[in-house]
Amino acid sequence: MMTLTKRKTWFYFIPYGLWLGLFVIAPLALIFYQSFFNLDHHFTFSNYANYFQSLTYLKMTLNSVWYALLITVFTGLISYPTAYFLHGLKHRQFWLLLVILPTWINILLKAYAFIGIFSQAGIANQFLSFIGIGPQQILFTNASFVFVATYIQIPFMILPIYNALDDLSPAFINASQDLGASGWQTFQRVIFPLTLPGVKAGVQAVFIPSLSLFMLTRLIGGNKVITLGTAIEEHFLTTMNWGMGSTIGVVLIVAMVIVMLLTGDQKPKGGTPR
Amino acid sequence: MKRLMLLIIGLLAICGLLGYSSQQLERSSGSTGSRVLNLYNWGDYIDPKLLTKFQKETGYHVNVETFDSNEAMYTKINQGGTHYDLAIPSEYMVTKMKRAHLLKPLDKSRLTGLNNYDSRFMNESFDPNNRYSIPYFWGTLGIIYNDKTIKPGTVDHWNDLWSSKYRDQIMLIDSARDIMGMALITQHQSMNATNPTVLRNAENKLNALAPNVKAVVADEIKMYMSQDEAPLAVDWSGEAAEMLANNHHLHYVVPSEGSNLWIDNLVIPKTAQHENAIYAFLNFMSKPENTAQNAEYIGYATPNRKAKALLPKSVRADRQFYPDNTTLDHLQIYKDLSPAKVQLYNDRYLEFKMHH
Repeated sequence: MMTLTKRKTWFYFIPYGLWLGLFVIAPLALIFYQSFFNLDHHFTFSNYANYFQSLTYLKMTLNSVWYALLITVFTGLISYPTAYFLHGLKHRQFWLLLVILPTWINILLKAYAFIGIFSQAGIANQFLSFIGIGPQQILFTNASFVFVATYIQIPFMILPIYNALDDLSPAFINASQDLGASGWQTFQRVIFPLTLPGVKAGVQAVFIPSLSLFMLTRLIGGNKVITLGTAIEEHFLTTMNWGMGSTIGVVLIVAMVIVMLLTGDQKPKGGTPR
Repeated sequence: MKRLMLLIIGLLAICGLLGYSSQQLERSSGSTGSRVLNLYNWGDYIDPKLLTKFQKETGYHVNVETFDSNEAMYTKINQGGTHYDLAIPSEYMVTKMKRAHLLKPLDKSRLTGLNNYDSRFMNESFDPNNRYSIPYFWGTLGIIYNDKTIKPGTVDHWNDLWSSKYRDQIMLIDSARDIMGMALITQHQSMNATNPTVLRNAENKLNALAPNVKAVVADEIKMYMSQDEAPLAVDWSGEAAEMLANNHHLHYVVPSEGSNLWIDNLVIPKTAQHENAIYAFLNFMSKPENTAQNAEYIGYATPNRKAKALLPKSVRADRQFYPDNTTLDHLQIYKDLSPAKVQLYNDRYLEFKMHH
């Protein structure tokens, strides 16, 4: 009996195991392996040495982290109140669907739509002219890059926060109010700490992809913001230096692991009352 | 559950129907069987009417597949599993494919019309004696300006771009070789220079241009220039032709002190299977009237001397796309550089991009 269930469990593991092996472990191993080869296909550590000695790459890394941070902060500032508001609405499933809807549209199309909005003759500048400010340079600025990236990431932040709010039992809020807490205190002491896992999941979902954005940096940022994604694209497509491209990939993966560890669920410490 | 099943069955039925009808369409257009030619081309880089004409004349049906960069095309042919009969790489890629043994030599005895071509574009260093390639179109790298804000004649040379008048007004094509090459020309260096100090100097020169650079973009540059987003751009003549067609305020200049000359070429990859169709097509495309028709459709400059003579005077006398001989003499063709040298170019270029 025991062996039968065990065998059954193993059977169910096969698709998951195959998927994990083929599409997660194998690519990661390949990237790691490639990063130790130079242009002549010789084994070397020089890619890593180059990376950490090059001012260009270090600056680029700093750029990537900084912009990913900005994007995440802005996304969070918009998403939390939005999720909170949506959660209190009557037909909330419908409103939530509207938030998710844009994610069904290809990111490239959305980027091109923004080019139309932000360009010299675009709607944004027509409005600025109308209210008397006059046309401004909006495209190819760091602000427009952060704006569009934030817009694209918002649904990925709203969703986990919304789910966390959904999981929150109203009993906690009632209890807090019964015990005399003000609205703000309830939010600060009860709602926010209990939905923090949702925020963390949202941060992971936004910060990590933002680290390696490259299409937007060119289309909206006009290559004025250079992130590690740009460098990887160049190494794989133009210079064909897969080793260096993989090295940057490994650095990004390490950065992602760090973010995961920082935002992951901490184990409750021994003495904490639950 | 029932609804899910219904959905799946519905989707399968639609796929089956689409598959069946596309097969019917293919059969009716005669693309099955051995009388075909598989052409691997850039997107929208041949007049579709010519393909119909070719099929009517010879009975061969042309299947066109497209690529968007020389490197992508190279990778696909190199990895095998494809059956392309003809491909259209740029000049440096011809060298690279030749070196990788990916090309079949041309059988000159089966070619008619080779003498229609202008000797200026034949027997180039990338393929001596045209053993493997026939030129298809050629073009240059140059400056596009908008006469709404830039007076014609004020930006005729690369160095004019560095003027402080043009702060934040220039768009550059995102291509390491071309932008570095432009800087090299202003310093009287070869566009194929590989000396690290020379390239470092070129980067410094570009860094001085940075305040004038509005953006470094790719294909979108056509759209931006057509919409008056910037008054100046550095791009290829082919892209410029398209911009000029969309916006009559735009003009194209090839600086007379020097620039890049690029040539796209017809080659036969190792994977080719339909010899007869290939030579029928090459000879068809060398005929002046067909080449001229193609050149009018694409808007690029043709290397076919006799075809050029058939073009309307306004086209063939257009100095923007058929520069005079002095300018032509100063144009340089890119050599295929070793990966390490390509890396050097890209590193310097990346640093320039980081700079602004």
